[in-house]
Amino acid sequence: MKTEHENGAIGVETLGMTMRFGGFTALDNASIAIPAGTFHALLGENGAGKSTLVKCMMGFYHATSGQMLVAGREAKIADPKAAHALGLGMVYQHFTLVPSLSAAENLVISREDAPKIIDWRKERADLGAFMERMPFAVPLDRPVRTLSAGEKQKLEILKQLYLGRRFLILDEPTSVLTPDEADEVLGHVRGLCEAGEISVLMISHKFREVTAYADDVSVLRRGRLVGQGRVADLSHQAMADMMMGGQSLAKPAARSGQRGETVLALDGAKARDRSGLKDILIERLEVAKGEIVGIAGISGNGQTELMEMLTGQRPLEAGTMTVESTPYTATRSETRTLGVRVLPEEPLHNACAPKMSVAENIALRSFDANGEGTRFWLKPSAMKALADRLVGEYKVKTASLESPIASLSGGNVQRAVLARELTGRVDLLIVANPCFGLDFTAVAEIRARIMDARNRGAAVLLISEDLDEILELADRVLVMSEGRIAYETPIAGADTATIGHYMAGHQ
Amino acid sequence: MSDRTIAAPAGGGLSPDGLLAGIARRSEAVLIPLGALLIGLAIFSLFLLTQGKSPAEYFALVYKAGFGTAFSWQNTLSRTAPLLLAALCVALPARLGLTVIGGEGAIVLGGVAVGALALPLSGFPAVIAIPVFLAAGALAGGLWIGAVGALRHWRGVNETIASLLMAYIAIALMNHLVEGPLRDPASLNKPSTHPLPDALRIGNIPGWDVHWGLVAGIVACIVSWVLIDRTTLGFAARVAGGNVRAAQVQGLPVGKLIVGFTALGGAFAGLAGAFEVAAVQGSANASLAAGYGYTGILIAFLARHNPLAIIPVAILLAGFEASSGLVQRRMGLPDASTLVLQGIVFTVILISDTAYGRWKLFSPERWRS
Repeated sequence: MKTEHENGAIGVETLGMTMRFGGFTALDNASIAIPAGTFHALLGENGAGKSTLVKCMMGFYHATSGQMLVAGREAKIADPKAAHALGLGMVYQHFTLVPSLSAAENLVISREDAPKIIDWRKERADLGAFMERMPFAVPLDRPVRTLSAGEKQKLEILKQLYLGRRFLILDEPTSVLTPDEADEVLGHVRGLCEAGEISVLMISHKFREVTAYADDVSVLRRGRLVGQGRVADLSHQAMADMMMGGQSLAKPAARSGQRGETVLALDGAKARDRSGLKDILIERLEVAKGEIVGIAGISGNGQTELMEMLTGQRPLEAGTMTVESTPYTATRSETRTLGVRVLPEEPLHNACAPKMSVAENIALRSFDANGEGTRFWLKPSAMKALADRLVGEYKVKTASLESPIASLSGGNVQRAVLARELTGRVDLLIVANPCFGLDFTAVAEIRARIMDARNRGAAVLLISEDLDEILELADRVLVMSEGRIAYETPIAGADTATIGHYMAGHQ
Repeated sequence: MSDRTIAAPAGGGLSPDGLLAGIARRSEAVLIPLGALLIGLAIFSLFLLTQGKSPAEYFALVYKAGFGTAFSWQNTLSRTAPLLLAALCVALPARLGLTVIGGEGAIVLGGVAVGALALPLSGFPAVIAIPVFLAAGALAGGLWIGAVGALRHWRGVNETIASLLMAYIAIALMNHLVEGPLRDPASLNKPSTHPLPDALRIGNIPGWDVHWGLVAGIVACIVSWVLIDRTTLGFAARVAGGNVRAAQVQGLPVGKLIVGFTALGGAFAGLAGAFEVAAVQGSANASLAAGYGYTGILIAFLARHNPLAIIPVAILLAGFEASSGLVQRRMGLPDASTLVLQGIVFTVILISDTAYGRWKLFSPERWRS
């Protein structure tokens, strides 16, 4: 350990931190104090300035003005290396481990002073001593790809401690974990804070985690610090109010209507998974008019492949897929005659041509439609009129209709794609992780739109890694694990513990 | 990010603000390649200085031999025809996100197809024979490059490598046919196919010393532009080129688009070969592999794969090629110096790709109040 002589948590404080990008102020005079050994949560909508703040702290950005105190002394942080030298570290939303290497190897190579030739015997001994001191352990010798998501996230945190970091920034550390794993990881982080090993600043969207683990909370809105306080003194509602600035959220439309006849049916549908080594096998999946079927599961259990099967990107090796009792292969004419609409996850990467304009992307469904038939000549005036109308109706914030869609924020891309997919006749709506990484307002609004489509009689298949989302929207809950549907329950009988059990792969 | 809901209807393009924003957005696509071209020429000037030659003299000669007189314009324009068509063979697949660099193969086979038909069609009138020649050339090129697209889509074969290697195969095939089964016994020192009868040769545009291939090339560019910019097929191709997953989710026939656009590009290149034989050389032989396909790559990239922009860029590059003989005689520079020039400009063009979106000057937002 290179920092053995200086261990233990350090306090960090920002004073009047301001960051401007041209004329746009991303962060406006934010002062946050994280005393040594405390667990501080940072809440805020997307674009509220949370990432900007932590990037300034870590030296990825240079703040326009403002100061930073590390352990009581003013610190100029020129780049991430300088931040590391002061004992500041960051754990990202997605893993930064090398999957093919073991945990031990990942730890040793992450060290900046790793020798050119590694004396493994000595390193093993050092690692053993290090793990002794840690309150939790991970298997050191297995390749990291064989670890569960929870173990990987624990390893990420161990890595920071191993590197001698004394102040950790966690960027939505639980977004890829099951509720149980999240509780375990955050419990350990909390323990490390209480033991005085580290101080923590955690970016989160989840009030439950903030309440359960953080000491203090700061809330950012539009770059400004709008609220701060001890978690113990604040209710979820109070935090939500600070985040939203009192604006009311779109309430999910009430459920109405009856479950009708089956629209989408998969029977023994089988396809290869991404690795080509395993199968995805859906024995039986039905989605009927006027219901939302939610497929829960931890990412990487075949949801992506199922989505690809449903959108014609992954051919079936066996079994059938039908929509309204006709065989379905997701060609453009089939999607049009059967009213199938799709909202894939990460719409910018899966449902848009990023460099094409907002108007062109909104026209993706309809550019070649001419009433019932198809057209050969583009009709730019119609495309523009449609985009103009939908941008207004769905409140898509864009500089202009000609801007490339990649220049929009995540929530606005999602709104634009949702507008496109929900316009016209929708008999079957296939949705995957529609709210991933979106802020509060966008989430509520998008869920309301999905519920509204259901209430108007559409059959909705919702594949989501966010269990809360499924519990909020679905009429029936299915759990996908290891490429199979492992469990099914009507929403009335749904129980988080049981669902989590099946999500984690227990039978 | 200064997001804001547009309050005014998007028809605001006519307001002074919108107009400036529109100009800013478009000028980036013109000024960056132009700047890259000028930088490339500047570096080439340095190269000339290292050879003890005067850049001023070089560019003066290029102007004189390429654009200075009616005669030099005609020389330039005759060379423009195959370059236009060869550039389309790069630009059309590029709109689908494919980098096809083997247009040379399609040109060669297009020419051989015409050479092979010279004897069988010799008794037919020109109104029948010439369209058949052109169709055969386009078909040969279309099948060749269409195969590249098909390999790409259904077998996952990299189209850049495949098209490049297939160009060598095409040239070898031509050599085999021209020196073997299709050889005209009368062609002694330069093996060629049977020459086309004079009646079946494609003539010049009346009043010019430039053959009809130029018109065909310009028409092909305009048709390609209309196809890409104004039709639903072109729109679908741009979507597939922009994000193939999005295109698949939308149920667009990505495979057909890829094969269709690569085949069309190949057909244009094949047409270039057909014109070379039917209008210029009179028979197919090794001079078909004159490098037009490779110059076409540079032209397409300089034109940012915009079929209309290909027209002026092709004329410019044709001027450089037209002048190489004079430059060689007057300045003692080897023929290959044109290749050096093209190589430098191409490298700078590739580098300039990283410049897009870097300058606020070109950002439409900068020009809106």
